[in-house]
Amino acid sequence: MIRLPPQKIGTHDFTAEGTAMIEAEKLTKYYGTHPALVDVDFQIEKGEIVGFLGPNGAGKSTTLRLLTGYFPPSRGTVRLAGFDIRTHPLEVRKRIGYLPENVPLYKEMTVRSFLFFMAALRGLNGKRKAARVEEVLKDFMLHHQAETLIHKLSKGYRQLTGMAQAFVHEPEVLILDEPTLSIDPRQVVRVRERIKAYGRSHTVVLSSHILPEVALICDRILVMDQGRIVAADRPERLAAALGGPSVYEMEVTGEEEAVRAAIEKVPEVLKIRCTGEGTERRFVVEGRPGKDLREALSSAVTAAGFTLLGLTAKEMSLEDIFLRLTRHKEDKS
Amino acid sequence: MNRFAALFVKELRTYLGAPSFYLMTALFLLVGGYGFGWSPATYLESSLEGFLSWTGFFLLFLGPALTVRLLAEEEKMGTLELLLTSPVKDWEVVFGKYLAALAVFFLMLVGSFYFPLLLIGFGHPDAGPILSGYLGLFLLGAVVLAIGLFSSSLTANPILAYVLAGALVLFFWFIGLAGSSSGQGTQMVLQTVSLSYYFPAFSRGLIETNALIYYLSLTAVFLFLTLRAVESRRWR
Repeated sequence: MIRLPPQKIGTHDFTAEGTAMIEAEKLTKYYGTHPALVDVDFQIEKGEIVGFLGPNGAGKSTTLRLLTGYFPPSRGTVRLAGFDIRTHPLEVRKRIGYLPENVPLYKEMTVRSFLFFMAALRGLNGKRKAARVEEVLKDFMLHHQAETLIHKLSKGYRQLTGMAQAFVHEPEVLILDEPTLSIDPRQVVRVRERIKAYGRSHTVVLSSHILPEVALICDRILVMDQGRIVAADRPERLAAALGGPSVYEMEVTGEEEAVRAAIEKVPEVLKIRCTGEGTERRFVVEGRPGKDLREALSSAVTAAGFTLLGLTAKEMSLEDIFLRLTRHKEDKS
Repeated sequence: MNRFAALFVKELRTYLGAPSFYLMTALFLLVGGYGFGWSPATYLESSLEGFLSWTGFFLLFLGPALTVRLLAEEEKMGTLELLLTSPVKDWEVVFGKYLAALAVFFLMLVGSFYFPLLLIGFGHPDAGPILSGYLGLFLLGAVVLAIGLFSSSLTANPILAYVLAGALVLFFWFIGLAGSSSGQGTQMVLQTVSLSYYFPAFSRGLIETNALIYYLSLTAVFLFLTLRAVESRRWR
């Protein structure tokens, strides 16, 4: 397993109590005897958008539920804005907006009456309540659906309704479990923008198993697997730290076998593949991670008398990192 | 208070928006009308005894039907997660729902006011037993609704909750009979914890203190248990 040191990024404002917005220490949750979460530590600062990324059953939803106080940890503590979730649950709940997994909604209500109800539950009233409901209806493209009964809405609109209720009271901390699931692609862009804009002045914690999603939205990614955080960093640094440029694509003139022989002279080269025919032919070279081999590769082919037409280093995609981080079980076997 | 009101109003609107409420009201009035029409007491004494004894027994089935949805469905649909992660206190959730159920039941009682109006129109009824009878029916309803809500808090399956509530209600109704074959002492104890033991007095115009105390405390006990069941998910 590859383990990165926990990293704090940038300078952020701290809350009055001199602590981060969310602090989790040694969080552990057992369902019966099954450990869903084991000794998880993390800190999330104000104005940060943090994404929990992991396969199903990694403990993402459990972590988010612990943050909301829906159920208590078996061990460990969570503090939100300085308030311990165990001793001051109401203070914590006053500060959060939460979209649970599977988007539970009152199906017999209309979108607008549901949002009014949720706004009232979160303590809004009078003109402000009405104004905020209209705002989120517009923000989440629900104004044409406002009088529709929720059970008649499509999945995507239900998701948007769920998002709207999390935003309606402008909470200090937004907790979103799979926020863009089943929203149609045109609307996803809008929703991402909403989250990003909100995250500039507030704290957003979200979970997803869709990699590009978290990479696009989040300042920081916490990769989870089997109830643990296996990596935590900015999306781009996660890629750099784990992979480095280890795959190269080369376009070289000349006989295939001869070119292969030339490339093989570079000691860090692990594997060479040849793809395509004629002008489409490319050599895909895998090298040891952690070192840039471009210089060595280009001089090797030119020294052998070939012409190098192209050479690009391919960074490990987030998908690759993700698979690498979470596939340790198969690696062992 | 704002949050509590929001919960209460939402629950009330859900009741009034669902066809099942009107169906149950119709059944309630039908059963009440049957008891009213067939009881000799209606004609001989201008009393509501027939109506009260039939609706009182029907309440044992109606009460659970009105309440089992309240928490079980929230659990099933996952909306309980929305409620419990909002800054509402657990008692606000429980009482908001309970009061809505009680209000709806009160509406059903109001709907049945044409029975006493018929008595007034065609006879010379005694106002006392009618008022005390309705009080008894309302208090019995309060108990049964609390038992239903409690059952609803235990499971995510409304049907299971209904069976459980029915069993509890019938247990408290018939427990007095269980003592009839045993000794005097046992019988007295079992009767005093029986719902049915206190009910007939109300329709005769008697408001007994121990009846009031028993109905109200049984209601309180089940509401308290409901509250604990809801709270328990915070430490489970």
